[in-house]
Amino acid sequence: MEIPYTVTARPDTGLYNAKIGIWLFLASEVMLFGGLFSAYVFLRVGALPGYWPHGLLNVPVGTMNTLLLIGSSVTVVLAWASLKMRQFMQYKIWMAITILCGALFLIVKLTYEWPAKFHHFGAYIKTEDLAKYEKYLGNNYLEAKGLPPRVEITGDLDEAKQTDTTYVIKPDAIYTDPTNPAMDRPTFWPRPISDDPAKEIVVQKSDVDYASMFYPRHSAYFQVYFLITGLHGLHVLGGLIVFTYFWLPVGSKLYKQNPEHLANRIEVVGLFWHFVDLVWIFVFPLFYLL
Amino acid sequence: MEHPTEPTHAPEHGVSDHDAHHINTHVKGYVMVGLLLAFCTVLTVGLSYVNFGSQSWNIVVAMALATFKVGCVAAIFMHLKSEKWTIYRILLITVLFAIGLFALTGLAFHDPIRY
Repeated sequence: MEIPYTVTARPDTGLYNAKIGIWLFLASEVMLFGGLFSAYVFLRVGALPGYWPHGLLNVPVGTMNTLLLIGSSVTVVLAWASLKMRQFMQYKIWMAITILCGALFLIVKLTYEWPAKFHHFGAYIKTEDLAKYEKYLGNNYLEAKGLPPRVEITGDLDEAKQTDTTYVIKPDAIYTDPTNPAMDRPTFWPRPISDDPAKEIVVQKSDVDYASMFYPRHSAYFQVYFLITGLHGLHVLGGLIVFTYFWLPVGSKLYKQNPEHLANRIEVVGLFWHFVDLVWIFVFPLFYLL
Repeated sequence: MEHPTEPTHAPEHGVSDHDAHHINTHVKGYVMVGLLLAFCTVLTVGLSYVNFGSQSWNIVVAMALATFKVGCVAAIFMHLKSEKWTIYRILLITVLFAIGLFALTGLAFHDPIRY
């Protein structure tokens, strides 16, 4: 059976069928991501003071990824415009750049951002034992300034030195200088982890509420982070697969049959790609900056 | 069910000079919007390190910028600036449901019992 109205508009809707199809799909996607973002709001507003982490993600890398997605949104619309102007080679070039940008986004996410989290360690200190770690946490200083307390010590876990009763942590810079006003707020460049053995923090396991690498089980924050960025990453992958399909000879065959048909299909996958970009525009500030 | 059939006259495979020129003027617009979005991204990052008095105000500023960016993407890249009514109708209902969803989330924090 041939699908009708792939090229010309259906008289009653004024649109070719695929366009209504993709918009109905995007409407369902709005509700899918809407549900997840409302979960984010629910968890964040409900978090106790100090339990919603700030500054754990790499902002320069996140900024770069945002610019990559915005760039690819421009190039995919240029690829579509090239088809409309019947410039097939231009289309191939713009589409290739789009695929490269999207692939780079995913590569950065999967080979750098996520693995960096899996190697980062955090130990939540029991409320009654927070005072023992005051010189690392600086909670009296934070309280005087009206800032939320620090309830966790993060850094690299030195597994070789770990014992049955203690964690030995090479701390993030913030815990070696907790009362420095520069540490009050997150910074653009991530603060380094201390490599100085003198600055290692020994945490008694009996003082720890719970400890974990930055896996989803670490906190509600990382649960929504991995869920939303993971689902978003799958969408990026889906878009890339379709882009690549139309970049391969399938696209040129379709172009020779009917260039307007290819232009419409690129418009539809482009609409999906813009939606993926649109979701990221919210993800970036909500997880990286705020 | 009988499908309405596609008109027999095949659509024009070529493209008129007028159309090409029309799209060409749009292309410059797309690039400008792209640059505006990139600028807004840098602005969002920069403003997140400015202390607006409380964390809530920083959230308001960042979300206002994000909403503006999303508006640009939807209006220009997704052509919602001038689209058919059928699509507006679909989206209008979606927006209403999405607002309802977030309102329910807000309602979860409403506690009528004072203690």
